[in-house]
Amino acid sequence: MAPPSADLKLLGSWASSYTHRVQLALKLKGLAFEYAEEDLAEKSPSLLLHNPIYKKVPVLLHRGRPVLESVIILHYLDETWPDVPLMPGDPYDRALARFWCHIVDDKLGPAVGAVFASPSEGQAAAVEQVHENLRLVERELRDGAFAGRRFFGGDKIGVLDVVLGCGSYWLAVFEEVMEVKLVDPEAFPLFHSWLRDFEEQEEVKAIIPAIDRLLEYARGVRQMMLGLSSQQQ
Amino acid sequence: MAAAEGGEVKLIGSWPSPFVLRARVALNLKGVEYEYLQEKPGPKSELLLRSNPVYKKIPVLLHHCKPVCESMIIVEYVDVVWAAATRAILPADPYERALHRFWAAYIDGKLFPSVVAIAKDEPKMAKVEAVEQLHTGIKLMEEAFERLSKGKGFFGGDAIGYLDIALGCFLGWFKVCEEVTGLKFLDEEKSPLLVGWAERFCSDEAVKDVMPENERLEEYTKLCRAFAAD
Repeated sequence: MAPPSADLKLLGSWASSYTHRVQLALKLKGLAFEYAEEDLAEKSPSLLLHNPIYKKVPVLLHRGRPVLESVIILHYLDETWPDVPLMPGDPYDRALARFWCHIVDDKLGPAVGAVFASPSEGQAAAVEQVHENLRLVERELRDGAFAGRRFFGGDKIGVLDVVLGCGSYWLAVFEEVMEVKLVDPEAFPLFHSWLRDFEEQEEVKAIIPAIDRLLEYARGVRQMMLGLSSQQQ
Repeated sequence: MAAAEGGEVKLIGSWPSPFVLRARVALNLKGVEYEYLQEKPGPKSELLLRSNPVYKKIPVLLHHCKPVCESMIIVEYVDVVWAAATRAILPADPYERALHRFWAAYIDGKLFPSVVAIAKDEPKMAKVEAVEQLHTGIKLMEEAFERLSKGKGFFGGDAIGYLDIALGCFLGWFKVCEEVTGLKFLDEEKSPLLVGWAERFCSDEAVKDVMPENERLEEYTKLCRAFAAD
């Protein structure tokens, strides 16, 4: 097996869906890279040097130069290594893909996070917010821009599949840890089948951590958050 | 004429919005003829609600009746569709593109909220933080300008580029913030490069006729604050 390329290095965190996006993109493009796991409780000098403003993962270093923000990294990878493109070719489809990636990070992601972070009184409202956002996606899959497609990218995974998919596994994790129903296959049949197909892809299976590990992690974080909030009362 | 290649183009907008201004500058740079549909104050138009059902916000570009939403997504779209018209808005080099996109996201995520907090007259603590954030942001943009312009007049080099549009469209609002706080944000001493750049940006052919006049923006701000206070 070829040694990792000196040209590409990824600073990431094993439980970070933003890191997974980049790892998946690199895998889909067949790009070798060196991976460095960051301890987010004690960030490395390298991370702080290369991402001084946000101090976050992922950071992609290409020939030592940092590229920041997961979606920007995906576009960079696509433009630097155009084989196995993640973005569609048509300008309008590209604009739509960008727009829905924006919706994932602006609306759906925070809504899912809020379910996890809410105290029990706020749960119902937080869950409804997730459902409202899933309805947007379901509608686009049913009779909107992505109607009739297996993946958002068409027959193959594209940028929006990567962005939405890497993160959607938290839905199942939160369902179990928080004991709520987030993705009812009857209410969101197309989203449900898309997610199932996405998670079946070999490249995705190789990247996404085992659910047991994610569950343990989520339970730990939830305990900590509840512990903190009960101290504040 | 650029419009003939592209087909029917409309832009739904509103004059005080810096985001709408971004779309207008991009279209002007490419010489695209378009119909400008100004949203009236009050309830949003049927067309806007139909074209951007997720956010219900302007700007929305309608090209062959198909909507493109989010200002910087519109800028990229215009750049690609009218690629033959004039020089590119985004740099050619992927790394430079990543830098332009990174700073545009920083502007929207960090600078814009502080401009809003100052203009809206948020409670004191929020305003103090907002002022600090705006100062920090401008300092970072000054450094970014030095790096990206490579001694030329714009973030994009010889001509207005992606990041020029992202930041430049806030210049009117920076002036309003200066009026409101009595502080200088773009300063010959602390941000000399940006001061020079701001003059060049505002006097550019693609910008000068669509940038809202200061007095109008100030009046608008006063009205909004009075309205919010009621």
